[in-house]
Amino acid sequence: MSMPLLEARGLKASYGPSQVLFGIDFAVQAGQITAILGANGAGKTTTLRAICQMVRTSGSLRFDGTELVGKATESVVRLGVAHVPDGRGTFSALSVDENLRLGAYVRRDRAEVARDIDKAYARFPRLAERRHQQAGTLSGGEQQMLAISRALMLCPRLLLLDEPSFGLAPLIVAEIFRIMRSINAEDGVSMLLVEQNANLALDLAHHAYLLETGRVALSGPSAVIKADESVRRAYLGY
Amino acid sequence: MDALLHQIFSGLASGCIYGSVALGLVMIYQATHHINFAQGEMATFSTFIAWSLIQAGWPYWAAFFATVGITFVGGVLVQRIILRPVEKAPVLTNVIVFIGLLVIFNSVAGWLFDYTIKSFPSPFPQQSVLATRYFSAHDLGSVGVMLTVLAALWAFFRFTPVGLAMRAAALNPESARLVGIRVGWMLAMGWGMASAIGAVAGMMVAPVVFLDPNMMGGILLYGFAAALLGGIDNPGGAVIGGFIVGVLENLLGAYVIGTELKLTVALVLIVGTLTLWPNGLFGKNVVTRV
Repeated sequence: MSMPLLEARGLKASYGPSQVLFGIDFAVQAGQITAILGANGAGKTTTLRAICQMVRTSGSLRFDGTELVGKATESVVRLGVAHVPDGRGTFSALSVDENLRLGAYVRRDRAEVARDIDKAYARFPRLAERRHQQAGTLSGGEQQMLAISRALMLCPRLLLLDEPSFGLAPLIVAEIFRIMRSINAEDGVSMLLVEQNANLALDLAHHAYLLETGRVALSGPSAVIKADESVRRAYLGY
Repeated sequence: MDALLHQIFSGLASGCIYGSVALGLVMIYQATHHINFAQGEMATFSTFIAWSLIQAGWPYWAAFFATVGITFVGGVLVQRIILRPVEKAPVLTNVIVFIGLLVIFNSVAGWLFDYTIKSFPSPFPQQSVLATRYFSAHDLGSVGVMLTVLAALWAFFRFTPVGLAMRAAALNPESARLVGIRVGWMLAMGWGMASAIGAVAGMMVAPVVFLDPNMMGGILLYGFAAALLGGIDNPGGAVIGGFIVGVLENLLGAYVIGTELKLTVALVLIVGTLTLWPNGLFGKNVVTRV
């Protein structure tokens, strides 16, 4: 197997005195979608925050040969890691258009940026209708579309997605997941997806990890995990 | 009638100074949610720099722009060196640091330039076709300068990528980092810009009130009143608040309470605004949906 795009070894993370991740290993292969599953409090969100250095971390995190541990969040982002955080993290007082322009803040290729904004509007026509509206006035689904579009404006090599299905109607979730699949397949963006909805995530991802209270309980190709009834019952609850 | 108009116009002239002090306060408040109590003393110090340059024989406008530049760099340095270490500290720590800055800038200005009152030149001619019975050329000129500064700021925040990034960093620092904005530097730039605005206000007010280390003391109070009245999170509101405070101060001083009690107007406005309209007249309501 070729060198993974992102490789974590013995990754630990803590908020103040309380440790959340107890030395986990995982890898994201270039061009693939990798999912991290687990119950509430397992450390899924913290894993993504650790990659972006938004929480105190130790261990090793190699992104395409560069060590991320110890870098500033901005510097991780500038290497091509886009993060759609939980709660979506849109700038609610700014317009949809301004949110997208901010997504491309570190890019200097203006003409390309303009083209990518048009592409985002073509992908989610509902955002185009609301381009001058305050992002805070959008519905939950539209905000998630905006958050994903803004992350893509970075032209990321790795897209981190924190519970993109959270709090959304099933139809909207289906649309967002369909578009995520096409972004991966057509634009070749690698993704690391955190989800509580294991069924959805296993359908989308190539590879999955299962976290249990800050440790990797098991990992494998999605199809294998999905087929293993005992795993499903024990960990995924369906 | 004539006297009344005269009071209103001179109120507008001082109001634009209050407005720009308020604008500096609002810029720093938006980014950090702290009130920079040293805003006035920093402006006075900048004015002393301009005064020294003019004494050294520099032409007025060269000294003016050099002072703005020096002050911008100074503001950036103050943020990076003094405020960054206490960024995550409790509010009171920050208040103490601001008061410390106030005392330091005041004393250093007194030490370097002594406490005698100095006259400061106005760049605008005494006799001018633009000067009317109600408005001296300096009043008109300083209103013009302040409105130019305001327009330039507005255009900067509205149309440039860096301006947008500064707004984003102030609104939501965590998300700003996630799009690659260096939030710490945006804060420092905001400090530089707020200090530079203060410098302009200082240089515009010095010809009227004369230059000494305590020049901005009262003006800062009016600036607070203006910022609160206009809405502490609204730059445009701060400027309008400045004009309102300036006119009110003059009218009440001339007709109601007398000039000795004028400063009380600022205090009454501060207390009144905070109790009656805590958001100020133009405070923004951000619409959110959950």
